[in-house]
Amino acid sequence: MTMDLNTIWFGLVGILLTGYAVLDGFDLGTGTLLLFTKDDHERRIFLNAIGPIWNGNEVWLVTGGGALFAAFPNVYASVFSGFYDAFILLLFALIFRAVGIEFRSRHPSPRWRRTWDVAFAVSSFVSALLIGVAMGNLLRGIPLSATQEYQGDFLTLLNPYSLLVGLTSVSLMTMHANLYLILKTEGELQKKLERWARRTVPAYLGCFALLNAVTLASERHLQDRVYDRRWLLAVLCVASVAVTFNILREVRRNCPGRAFISSCLSIITMMTLFAATMYPQLVMSYPNLQHSLDIYNGASTDKSLRFMFVVALLGVPLVLVYTISIYYMFRGKVTLTEESY
Amino acid sequence: MNVETLSRIQFALTASFHFVFPPMTIGLGVFLVVLQTLRVVTRKPLYVELARFWTKVFGLIFAIGVATGIPMEFQFGTNWASYARFVGDIFGSPLAIEGIYAFFMESGFLALLLFGWNRIGPKWHLFSTCMVALGAHFSAIWILVANSWMQTPAGFHLARQVKVTADGTQYPVATDLGTQAFTLTEVALPRDYVVQPADLGQVRAVIDNFTEAILNPSTLDRLFHTILACWITGAFVVIAISAWWLRRRRHVEAAQISLRIALTMALISSVLQMLSGDSTARGVARFQPTKLAAMEGLERTRTEAPLGLVGWVSWRRDSAGQITGLESKTVGVPALLSILVSGDFLHPATAAQTEVKGLLDLPSTQLLRARHPQATEAELNQLRPKYWPNSPILFQTYHLMIALGMVLLGLAVLGCWGLWTGQLWQVDRPVVRYFLAALMLSPFLAHVATQAGWFTAELGRQPWAVFEVLKTSEATSAVVRAPQVLRSIILFTLIYLLLSALFITMLTKMVRQGPQPLVLNESLPERWQPLSHRAGHPGEI
Repeated sequence: MTMDLNTIWFGLVGILLTGYAVLDGFDLGTGTLLLFTKDDHERRIFLNAIGPIWNGNEVWLVTGGGALFAAFPNVYASVFSGFYDAFILLLFALIFRAVGIEFRSRHPSPRWRRTWDVAFAVSSFVSALLIGVAMGNLLRGIPLSATQEYQGDFLTLLNPYSLLVGLTSVSLMTMHANLYLILKTEGELQKKLERWARRTVPAYLGCFALLNAVTLASERHLQDRVYDRRWLLAVLCVASVAVTFNILREVRRNCPGRAFISSCLSIITMMTLFAATMYPQLVMSYPNLQHSLDIYNGASTDKSLRFMFVVALLGVPLVLVYTISIYYMFRGKVTLTEESY
Repeated sequence: MNVETLSRIQFALTASFHFVFPPMTIGLGVFLVVLQTLRVVTRKPLYVELARFWTKVFGLIFAIGVATGIPMEFQFGTNWASYARFVGDIFGSPLAIEGIYAFFMESGFLALLLFGWNRIGPKWHLFSTCMVALGAHFSAIWILVANSWMQTPAGFHLARQVKVTADGTQYPVATDLGTQAFTLTEVALPRDYVVQPADLGQVRAVIDNFTEAILNPSTLDRLFHTILACWITGAFVVIAISAWWLRRRRHVEAAQISLRIALTMALISSVLQMLSGDSTARGVARFQPTKLAAMEGLERTRTEAPLGLVGWVSWRRDSAGQITGLESKTVGVPALLSILVSGDFLHPATAAQTEVKGLLDLPSTQLLRARHPQATEAELNQLRPKYWPNSPILFQTYHLMIALGMVLLGLAVLGCWGLWTGQLWQVDRPVVRYFLAALMLSPFLAHVATQAGWFTAELGRQPWAVFEVLKTSEATSAVVRAPQVLRSIILFTLIYLLLSALFITMLTKMVRQGPQPLVLNESLPERWQPLSHRAGHPGEI
């Protein structure tokens, strides 16, 4: 691994997408959790826990997309045109989520609310699943031509391995949302959510273990890759499991803040594990491995990368300041007011 | 229909629908800054109520703007993959910068605005409003930079990607070398190189100079033109809602305050827009003469070219149905186009002698020859119409924009006159009632004008995606098929219909309810209470 501009940009795009996974992770997961309660008051508390911030969270995805376009235009082009149907479905689900949360409380009728809640939940679930499926395919490999054009169709993407990654992504985000909601609620509801955590955390751990086992037992090229960097991956894997177990411990000790931070770390280690397995590839080509897109043949010129690096160096601290201030301002438990959803 | 046409329809659909919302938030942002400043200065509770109301409206529009904006960020990849590969080195940067510098700022501070009435004090609220408005404008800047680069590309060169093997042989980038090791390099092409259809997938635009690319010849003109259009649209949204209140004699005081601010804003922006429009058109004449000729329906190069007002432009076709020229039946001001293009208003007689190129001479023979090296002179003239934008439509969209701009300017002038003489408040007079009804329709006119302007800009660039560099037909995704695009168009249409229906019902409900007094929140320290509820300001509640 050499520390050139391409590697730095691999890291920067990774940071943006990890930021997206950590932040939008809990609001996608909140969507799934919404279906576990039937009580309108509880649902409102769930939605208002993400109310002031979901909009800002989606900005991470949009910026991640922009950064991918700027730094690795070939990857941006191959992936999004190749995954056309899946991606349109994801965009559709993301728009629907926004519609659902914005409009559900503008009308007091229970039927109206239930409809939008289900719309919100289903589209959140589909978004989380599709994001995972996309990651699974990038890792396992998709058929690419010599000009890096995708050769498969929508069904090629829905292979068992990628669906398993999708399921892992759903369970991870659901767990993450569970911890976030514990942090934002109090009293009976908080107790209830703590009980849920005893299910959602092991569910994720189960998916994670299964995914690792399947990765080791699956395609040859993945085995070789994992074997090459086995120590790094093993350390990351152990770290990921350790922080996830720590969530349960913190919940038992009644430290919701630490539990949530452990959950964030769980996502961060998971994303790092993914990145460490991928590097320096960005899109694996399978079966023709030599057509893979990596951080060099998919990238913009050095001049462009350098310019954008300066832009990011000045901009990212600002982004962090905004994000942290907003979360600081809206710290504490959810209270429903007139402005609430 | 082929993939290119469908993808263009989809882009036009998603971009047009998206662009219903940002102009309103950009304009409303400026209006809110004024309102919040007045709130801090005067400390009147009515301003708090008004600011709260307009912030809610802003929030609703912004949410739909974000939702419809997500597809815009990714469509260059889904539908225009060849374009994305070709221009990624330059075009991706403004999009990324928009995300980092504009979106985070806008969405973050908007959360404070919307949900912070009981959490932050008035000065912080004013600051947040300024940041939201600034964020909205930043976003406009970077999108206009990106789009203007497509109109008047600058600061780049073209380069051919090749694979070089260990023995130094160069292969085209698409060659499958099997397991043989190679390195990827780029060979710069000469400055005047014109992309051939065969270059697709091997040649891309490479950045030379970011300042030149960002401040390309059309960026500033088009930026001011668009931002002023946004201010006008936002102002007329406020005007229409306030006029409705006034006409129904509801929330009269709130309506009067809103109208005072918004009508002044509309008048200033409309006047400035005349200057900006003039400057923009002069830029088009200089850098995209083909577009100007098509907009005015000008077939032959001439001096004393007239400025069209209304009329009908149609294609002239030969017996085989091929386009050979234009037939224009238009009414216009003689020689005014020549004068405007020269920009020399002090010497109209000499300015009228300025030559304006007609479509029969455009694009230049030099460009055509470079793209079709084998063609004869006669064949080039036959090929020329394939490089013309759709003049019959452009003439209409362009002149519709101008006409509506004039109508809006007239409404703003009349409205301000009504303000100054106080006649606007005499709502019992039939004249005033008709005028208020006209004001209620004004945002639709503003939206149609804005959309017509964008259609003129984008259709006028055709058949190019990047003007005189990359054709739109060469920009589509290689692997996407027509039925896929058709499906996504249907999906987008459905969800946009749903969004519109909901948006209209929700906005109507909000407007009917009008500004509401703020409820006291006991749990807050006194200095965080809204001003109207603070001790020490007797008589304000």
